[in-house]
Amino acid sequence: MKVKYFAWMKRTVGVAEEEVTPPADVHTVGDLVAWLRGRSGGHAEALAEGAAFGAAVDKRTVTMDVVIGNASEVAFFPPFTGG
Amino acid sequence: MTVRVQESDFDTGAELDALTKGNKKIGGLAVFVGLVRELHVREGYHRDRVDALTLEHYPGMTETALQEMEAEACRRWPLEATLIVHRYGRLEAGDRIVLVAVGSPHREAAFEACEFLVDWLKTKAPFWKLEETPAGDKWVGAHEGDNKAARRWEKKQNEN
Repeated sequence: MKVKYFAWMKRTVGVAEEEVTPPADVHTVGDLVAWLRGRSGGHAEALAEGAAFGAAVDKRTVTMDVVIGNASEVAFFPPFTGG
Repeated sequence: MTVRVQESDFDTGAELDALTKGNKKIGGLAVFVGLVRELHVREGYHRDRVDALTLEHYPGMTETALQEMEAEACRRWPLEATLIVHRYGRLEAGDRIVLVAVGSPHREAAFEACEFLVDWLKTKAPFWKLEETPAGDKWVGAHEGDNKAARRWEKKQNEN
């Protein structure tokens, strides 16, 4: 599965995207966040509990309780500031 | 009904001409053009000077999100033509960022739908602004005012 990071989260994690294979007990986006935190200090900081970030599964905004299933891409990003 | 996400600038006049050409049902065209402003005003006072900003986006998701907003606007108002052009990449003060144009038989629908699209694209399209200031680069945080502006349309939807 591909995981992407945007804006300041990309800088904090240190990569724009990475290929990961989470263990079988990672079902939801929230599970993935908890698992990703263990990958590095940058991950732990960017995905810290209480940090303001959103997520998308296969390019659709989702909440943390959504099941990832067979999705190929999960993204994490700060609140949008376009326009 | 067109959505474009591009690095290059756009010609506002040419875009509007092309949008309305040949459609004689349009009685009003409401237009919003967003620009990079030099002074960053927040809470009523001038904060840091912004010389330029870099707009990052999520290719693929951005286009889908903008198309869904446009479709939602067409469900809520009788629209004849809509256009959203949003730029990304490095932009300097005075540069155009976004163009939203809405054509309708009547002006009320055009004004409202245009405002709706601008409010929603600020909070629901995956763009992030990195500002260059004399004090260094800063990621722009979400504005509560923008969230509030976007929420009032959700209220209207529930009331209908």
